[in-house]
Amino acid sequence: MRRYGVWIAAAAVLAVLPHVVRTPVAVPVMNQMGIAVVFALSYNMLLGQGGMLSFGHAVYLGLGGFIAAHALNLAGRGAVWLPVPLLPLVGGLGGLLFGALFGSFSTNRAGTAFAMISLGIGELTAASSLILDRFFGGEEGITTNRAKVPALFGLDFTSDRHVYYLIAFWVFVSAALMYVFSRTPVGRMANAVRDNPERAEFVGYSQRRVRFVSFCVAGLFAGIAGGLFALNYEILTAENMSLNASGAVLLMTFIGGIGSFVGPILGAIVFTFLQSMLSDYTGIWLLYIGLLFLATVMFVPFGLAGILQLHAPAWRAGRVGRLVGPYLVAGLLGLVAAAGAIGLLEMVHFIASAPPSRATKRLFWVTWNARTLWPWVAFAALIAAGALGLRRAAPVAAAAFADASRPR
Amino acid sequence: MFELVLFSVLNGLVFGMLLFMLSSGLTLIFGMMGVLNFAHAGFYMLGAYFAYTLTARLGFWTALVVAPLLVGVLGALVERHGLRRVHRFGHVAELIFTFGLAVVIEEVVQLVWGRPAKSYEAPALLNFPLFHLFQTSFPAYKAFMLLISVAIFVFIFGVLTRTRAGLIIQASLTHPGTVAMLGHNVPRVFMIVFGIGSGLAGLAGVIAGPVLGTFPGMAQVLGSIVFVVVVIGGLGSLTGAFAASLLIGIVQTFAVALNVSLNSVLVAAGFHVDAQGLLHDLWKVTVAQVAPVMPYLLLVLILIVRPSGFFGTRES
Amino acid sequence: MSRTKRMFTGILALAMLAWLAPAATPADPIRIAYVDPLSGPFAATGENGLQQFKFAADGLNRAGGILGRQLEIVPFDNKVSPQESLIQLKKVIGDGIQFVFQGNSSGVAHAISDAVQKHNERNPGNRILYLNYSAVDPALTNEKCHYWHFRFDAHADMKMAALTDVIKANTKIKKLYVIGQDYSFGKAVAEAAVSMLAKKRPDIQIVGNELHPIGKVKDFSPYVQKIIAAGADAVITGNWGADMVNLAKAANDGGLKVPFYTYYAASDGVTAAIGAAGIDRIRLVHESHPGNPNPPKVVGDYIATYKKLYPNNDINQPRIHTGVSMLALAIKKAGTTDVDKVAATLEGMEWTTLSGDQVIMRREDHQLLMPIYISVHTNRGILFDLDNSGFGLLQESKIDRNKATLPSTCKMQRPS
Repeated sequence: MRRYGVWIAAAAVLAVLPHVVRTPVAVPVMNQMGIAVVFALSYNMLLGQGGMLSFGHAVYLGLGGFIAAHALNLAGRGAVWLPVPLLPLVGGLGGLLFGALFGSFSTNRAGTAFAMISLGIGELTAASSLILDRFFGGEEGITTNRAKVPALFGLDFTSDRHVYYLIAFWVFVSAALMYVFSRTPVGRMANAVRDNPERAEFVGYSQRRVRFVSFCVAGLFAGIAGGLFALNYEILTAENMSLNASGAVLLMTFIGGIGSFVGPILGAIVFTFLQSMLSDYTGIWLLYIGLLFLATVMFVPFGLAGILQLHAPAWRAGRVGRLVGPYLVAGLLGLVAAAGAIGLLEMVHFIASAPPSRATKRLFWVTWNARTLWPWVAFAALIAAGALGLRRAAPVAAAAFADASRPR
Repeated sequence: MFELVLFSVLNGLVFGMLLFMLSSGLTLIFGMMGVLNFAHAGFYMLGAYFAYTLTARLGFWTALVVAPLLVGVLGALVERHGLRRVHRFGHVAELIFTFGLAVVIEEVVQLVWGRPAKSYEAPALLNFPLFHLFQTSFPAYKAFMLLISVAIFVFIFGVLTRTRAGLIIQASLTHPGTVAMLGHNVPRVFMIVFGIGSGLAGLAGVIAGPVLGTFPGMAQVLGSIVFVVVVIGGLGSLTGAFAASLLIGIVQTFAVALNVSLNSVLVAAGFHVDAQGLLHDLWKVTVAQVAPVMPYLLLVLILIVRPSGFFGTRES
Repeated sequence: MSRTKRMFTGILALAMLAWLAPAATPADPIRIAYVDPLSGPFAATGENGLQQFKFAADGLNRAGGILGRQLEIVPFDNKVSPQESLIQLKKVIGDGIQFVFQGNSSGVAHAISDAVQKHNERNPGNRILYLNYSAVDPALTNEKCHYWHFRFDAHADMKMAALTDVIKANTKIKKLYVIGQDYSFGKAVAEAAVSMLAKKRPDIQIVGNELHPIGKVKDFSPYVQKIIAAGADAVITGNWGADMVNLAKAANDGGLKVPFYTYYAASDGVTAAIGAAGIDRIRLVHESHPGNPNPPKVVGDYIATYKKLYPNNDINQPRIHTGVSMLALAIKKAGTTDVDKVAATLEGMEWTTLSGDQVIMRREDHQLLMPIYISVHTNRGILFDLDNSGFGLLQESKIDRNKATLPSTCKMQRPS
């Protein structure tokens, strides 16, 4: 029972979420998160579990999605029988097919050669979308309509909420399957090949075959994410397969943490949230994402989930409570410094882009006159105060952490 | 026809040598540190924007010297305070660091210089057609670009093969441990090489800005093609980078000039394909349309057939 | 352990979603969504457009607003991505905004148009209106037309009809080269150029019809070389953004001195980048008076007031003023913001633009019918320059509305 507790809880959360968060924007954003979660988990099968750095994973989401979109269009015309809830499976098969095709030669190598092949395949596929106009629909892409398919059990999926439950179901099933896969002998061997291919070969496993299997399975789940995408947005474009899309999944997986199963889930949720919400508040949201990313690589290379994992000993020892104080102080000081930095960046952005006739900007619930010296001094002072404070508070927090994680 | 071939060769050479300036730095950095630097094209863009600003204040010739130096110093600082820190987390972390850096550079450029394209012009001194042939003219500025890049090529080879510093760099490429043992400061060599590589990219930006345009997308447009050059040539090999740059430059130029499609080839050979269905478009596509895709096709093929590239000695 | 992390995930997600709650404001102003790029490589175009929207709305607000309410332009950043546009559209709908303006990229326009149509079918009580001010793929008011889409710009074929009229009159042109970006708009331009010239000037030989990947070409010199080798004495291109700037630069470097007939070779940095190289060579087809020479007083005042507020930007899309004003008038005439009634009023509505032209929203396909202007890039006789570069557009000819009108294949389905 304890073993399945986490999964039961997750299912329960997924089921009640749309009833708890009742804002109109929430459901579409959660749908987006769900797709990103499946995609990031499938990516981590390569990067985290198999040690394969791919710059072209979006290809399998895209191709799976395109195949799903075409299938949905066929079903809408009555040419094939395909109930909407099974559509992600079609996408998954498409992803699996192309994963096997491209994986057959790209998984021969690991390391940089693999990364470069994946980059090449990504660029090739994205560019061929303009050449194979019939299949990819050129720049407009392929549109489809889920409501045209005959409803099954009266579910016609016209509202986002219906789609949410469908996505939630597939997120749950995919996550569970991927978890199970990571526990199978093949999944374990992927770890072994990642860590030491030579030894793995000595045990009798072909490193190529192990990588190939991981690659195909990752393609399958990326394709499922693509099918969900086709279902939710009813459109697929070449952009879904671009280097940017592949880069985004790398970013979210890494921010979340590649070392654990939960990492990509966390990363996908946080990244999607930032991506869709930050642009409402600032024009330089991509800069913040880039900076956040640099900070992650430099200071917490094991990602968000890695931070949590670090605290496992303290949690087990029941000493997490002792950390709250020092962390709160350090966190607040960090926030102060971050507020100063954001303030300065926003003011630079304002000066560079706002018309000269405007002088004031609202930021942090206060109106600033960016064309005078004082706000600049104020934000710089915030940074200085935060940084100076952190120099004192950080060692205290670190000491508290060391103390709390000390084995009894 | 002769005219088209001649100018295609010339344009191919100019573009190819430009690629070499970018890829030489990248391949040195890779050879030494094992890091594929995704931000390399970002330094190229910074070079162009620095030069744009400096040209307005101090003139083009000052900018030609100062902008690459600034970019080089910036590169060295990035290595010293960013990359070195990430180094201990492994190659994936380093690679991802440069990936993030590329995003940040592109955003900062837009933040400082704004989004529209900048009118960064070639200096008046070089703004005349060097020679006319039939109806086409060849601008003096492109000849100047060619000159600079050849000079850089000679300079790098000279330094690497004839000087003590070059020998240390070459030794650190293959045997960093031994070089450190001999009392050289290997991290400092890394920093200097990273700085020089970034500076070269900056120089490429300074001279390419007026011809290829100075706009926020300029790094992304060139970004992945430089990787193609470095990989095809063989990671860490300067000769390889040189050969691959010229190859890609000339192949791309000539591909544009050709109006051949698979269908027309087949028809010429006496076959008649009545292509239908989803792949129907594949038959109609001309080489010119595929031109920008060709480098990536080449990349994938090379990596399958000979993963160490033309002149490379190792795979990764 | 992993339970802790899951709990943490759940709590984090809940906290963030709770934060999504929109601030409930009384529906006092009439809110109009502006969905266009505000970040990324095309942000310059998007931000400039946004300012022109705000400027147009401010003008109406100073005059007392509509139905006693103010107009408010609410920006949404779609990053010129069809996918992101649909995400933003969901936010627009969630926020209860009923009117959506979008213009940059026909690819995005198709996505939004399709999504709006589906939304209105599925939610008859909560419909929205898509007002397209700049995406000119003819299909949007032809085979893909629908009742909830209105276009305030002349589409690619209408503009090509005007361009080919000008080319028809230029007997010096014998060999013409068509080059464009490889996507729906570029293809539409190429097709229209070939078919219209075949009718108007059968003696002109199309010596090249080239599509290049959009935004991926590093160096245009090979293309210019090909144009020269083909012996072309004029070029037609629908290129925009960096692709337009770099094509013009390469043409100048290669000594290609033939006239260029373009759609978007002005403003947002393009005019400044082309500079002296394009004098009297680059012509542009557009929808209203460019401000030179002798602008109508209204146009001159409008540009001058705008330049006072935004010295670094240009009025490069006067159709924005037309779009906002016509929507405002439709709301006023309908006496309500009810989408069904506003749409019914907008159909067939007439309006006088800043340039003093009579325009009409054609009932059968929701395409605004208007005269079309052709101007040349120059620095002589320029009263209102672009990009503060000293260069600007000088009007050369104007094609009457009747002559610029093309038939539509649209079979409009009206809601019953």
